[in-house]
Parts: sequence; structure tokens; C-alpha cells
Amino acid sequence: MTIGLAHYLAVAAILFTIGVFGIFVNRKNIIVILMSVELILLAVNINLVSFSVYLHDVVGQIFAMFVLTVAAAEAAVGLAILVTFFRNRGDIAVDDASMMKG
Amino acid sequence: MNFSADISLALPEVILAISALTLLVFGAFAPRQTNALMVASMAALAAAGYAAAVGPMGRGFAGGMIADNASAFAQVAIYAASALAIPLGMKWFERRDVRNFEFPILILLAALGMGMMVSAGDLISLYMGVELQSLALYVLAAMHRDNAKASEAGLKYFVLGALSSGLLLYGASLIYGFAGSTKFVDIAAAVHGAANTGVIFGLVFLICGLAFKVSAAPFHMWTPDVYEGAPTPVVAFFAAAPKLAAMVLFARVLTEGFGDVIWQWRQILVCISLFSIAVGAFGGLAQQNLKRLWAYSSIANVGYAVLGLASGTAEGVQAMLVFMVLYMVDVTGFFACLTALSRDGKPMETVADMAGLFKTRPAIALAMTAFSLSALGLPPFSGFWAKFYVFKAAIAVSDPVIQGAAIAGLVGSVVAAFYYLRLIKVMWFDNAEGGTDPIPGEARAIAIGAALFSFPVVLAALVYIDPLAKAAALALGQ
Repeated sequence: MTIGLAHYLAVAAILFTIGVFGIFVNRKNIIVILMSVELILLAVNINLVSFSVYLHDVVGQIFAMFVLTVAAAEAAVGLAILVTFFRNRGDIAVDDASMMKG
Repeated sequence: MNFSADISLALPEVILAISALTLLVFGAFAPRQTNALMVASMAALAAAGYAAAVGPMGRGFAGGMIADNASAFAQVAIYAASALAIPLGMKWFERRDVRNFEFPILILLAALGMGMMVSAGDLISLYMGVELQSLALYVLAAMHRDNAKASEAGLKYFVLGALSSGLLLYGASLIYGFAGSTKFVDIAAAVHGAANTGVIFGLVFLICGLAFKVSAAPFHMWTPDVYEGAPTPVVAFFAAAPKLAAMVLFARVLTEGFGDVIWQWRQILVCISLFSIAVGAFGGLAQQNLKRLWAYSSIANVGYAVLGLASGTAEGVQAMLVFMVLYMVDVTGFFACLTALSRDGKPMETVADMAGLFKTRPAIALAMTAFSLSALGLPPFSGFWAKFYVFKAAIAVSDPVIQGAAIAGLVGSVVAAFYYLRLIKVMWFDNAEGGTDPIPGEARAIAIGAALFSFPVVLAALVYIDPLAKAAALALGQ
């Protein structure tokens, strides 16, 4: 069996789904949500790179580089916001983020 | 095209980027010079707006960036709204003894991201613009660091915003793979007539991601929480410029990249639009907090803008642009009123707090009445003209689905009328509970200016806005 485009796309789709479920189903820790976000972005990178190889087009790999950079910036901003949240609450459980409801 | 011509197309963005970086360094060395920072950042936005209005037009950076009538129209509106948010926010934070010189710089970076969004010509610049804008907005939402609600709002906005960026990006990767290019023009050529399943799949993800950014239902969950928790002047900024930028981006992707397969995305947009109008109208009925109430109001209003876009005609896009610009003035003015009002140092944020406001602060009460009536869509206020454009464009399409959606939209605005009228009744006829603190000058000026715009000035301004929006819509159609 040769590993073709469909296999890469399937892996990416599975990772993407795990990431999305990690955000919605996870009820414990906000750090896990940040990890799920990273997982989503990495799933997209697998997509982009495998399409790039399949199409013989370098744009996909350039796009993947941009996504990596943005993922780093996003993690930095997310952790910074998490720190301010922790300072105000002393806890980072998901259920704590519920001052506002309605 | 050579490099210097490309740079001259991107002049507004270059101005904003350089001034944001320069001011950041300046602020790091002289953090107490807040007035200088305020004036300099507003001047940078004014310069960028001027450069966008008079600058050259065309495509640059190998098709990655488009400067046309649409991007110029949107950029001028976005930079003007951003410039107004700067004094509003800086004075508000100063009164609470939060001296963050980063505030104007973050606004500049968000404005830069929005400028990139409205002039994006391919999926990479689309994503970079959206992310630059979003990252700046997450930080702005959590800017009031010692406030538990603000940091929770920032965290929620970050998590859901990152999820929506992920959806958008996954859609972009599928479109790239199955259409073979990231450029909108090449995608349009690839999907000519019939798009394959992979592209449609990607398009649906892309629409979901963008619907998150404009807070259209069913992707609206973050809006009420973020609006309630974030600092009020930041909300005044959130509710105006980023929505316009995302709507213009929406229009550009759909008409330039997928104009040929309108029957594929029209029904999605009609569903999003009707659902937003319903959620906005019914969700707002039970709200007591005015910031939450206006979050639902903004969900409903985005629904009308999406309805204009769903028409798919140049007239519909023009209606969407006019709608968003008029709505931006309303919502900025309303939140400027809220930043101005406090009682014994505590912000007045609930409907009950507004009791008898007409007796204590007649000017602010009149302005809030004007914004409420305008958001309701009562003639002759600006909101009426905005909805008039949208419904006219929707009725003109000979498709019973769109026409039915327009009628449902009218019913939705009747339901929403309840909460606007309740606010007006509380302000005018209930007994005052006590005085208010002095009204700060900049908030009063913005509120009254926006109120004057929403009634008499709009009639004159529409004469100018109408042809500009028409030229912008025609540019997007190509």
C-alpha cells in the first residue's frame, strides 16, 4: 500500500476533529484548550504541506510557514491572557470562567 | 508590477505599521506621555485614511493585495472609527487609573489588520489580516487587567476566536488543495460553473469562520459575554470597525472567489441571516444589562447585513456597505454614552440604572433615544435608511427565498422594537434614582456628534455615501 494524499488528509481531518472536540468536551483545564488550538493549526499544516507536494506548488508550504508563525504568536497572547485570568481568580479550571451567563 | 509600485499600493498599511512600531518604542521609553501618544496615533490613522482615499489603485504583491474602490471605502470608515476609539478609551482608562500606553498601539495594530483584511487578494493575506486584527482585539478585551470580568471576557474571546480562526484556516487549506491556488481570481477560474465537493467543503468552513468574526448566529455565543465583560470603550471599538472589515472580507471572498457558484452559498447566508435576526430579537428581550442587550442588537443587525450580501447582486453588496457604515456610527455613539455614564464612580450598565436619565442628563438621554430609535429602524433616523437599502436589494432579487427572508427580517425588527422602546420608556418616564457623575468631554462630544449624524446629518451624508458604496460594490463584483 502506498501512502497517498487521501491518507494525509484523513490524518489531518482526525487531528482537526480531536482539536475541536478538545475545546468543547474538555471541562477541566484551560491549558488543554490551548493545546487543542495548537492541534487544529497543526492539522491545517499537514493539509497544506501535503497539498503542496501533491500539486507541485510551493505556495502551500509558504502558507504553512505563516501558520506556524501565527500559531506561536497566538500561544503567546493566549498564555498572557491566561496569566491575568489566574491572577484575578487563583485558578484556571474551565468551570470557573462563568461569571457571566445568559 | 515592481516593488515600489506594490509599496505605494500598500501605503496606508505601511504608515500604520511603521507608526505602531515607532510609537511602541516611544511609549516604552516615555510611558507617561499619554497625550502625545494619543495625538500621534490618531494622526497616523488620519494619514492612513487619507492615503487610502487618494492613493493609487490596482493589484500588487502578485495578486496578494487589492487596492480598489471597495478597500478604499472600507479603510476610510475603519480608520475613522479606530481614531474615535482612541481618545474614548484612553480617557476612560485614565479615570480608572489604568495607565496603559499600549492601548492606542493595539488599536493601530488592529486597524492595520483590518486594512489588510479589506484589501486581501488571496487566502494567505486574508488569514494574516484576520489574525493580526484578532490578536490585537483579544489583548484589548483583557486590557483592564485587575478586573475579573475583563480577563474572563478576554479569555473567552481568545478561545472562541482561536477556534474560529482554526475553522477558517482549515477551510482555506481545503480550498487551496482542491482549487489549486490561494488567489481569489484563480479560485474563481477553477470553480467556474461547478465547484467540486472539496472546494464546497472548504467554503463552508470558511463561511463558518467568518460568521464567527462578524458574530452572526449560530456562531454568536461569545458576543454577549465579551461585550459585557470587556471595558466599555473597547466594546465601542469591537462593535464597529471589525464588523465592517469582516463583512467586506466576506463580500470579497464570496463575490470574487465564488461568484459563479452563488447558488452554493446563498442558502447558507440566508440561514445565517435569519437565525441571527431571530437570536438577536428574542435573545435581547430578557436582558437587563445594556452591554449584553446591545450585543444581541448587534447580532440582529449583522443578520440584516448578511441578508444584503445573500442577495448576491451589486445592489445587495452596496446595501450591506451602507448598512454597516450607518450602523457603526450608531453603535459607537451608544457605547460612548455608556462610557460617559457613572454614578458614584460605578458605571451605569443596566436598564434600571437609566431610570429618569432624561431629567438628570437630557443631552445624553436624547442621544441614547436617537441611537435606540435608529437601531430599531424608525424613520427618519439612519437605521431606517440602512434597513431600507437592505430590504430594497433583497426584494429586487427574483428569488422567493430571499424575498421571504426580507419579510421575516421585518418581523424580527418588530420583535426587537420591544427592548429599544423599553429603554426609552425607562429613560423618559421613570423616576430618577439619583444624579450621575460629571460627563467627560470626549465621550459627550462623540455621543452628541454621532446622534446628530443619526438624524439630520445622515440625510445629507447619504448623498455622498450612496455613490461611494455603489462604486465599492461594483469593484467587488469583478
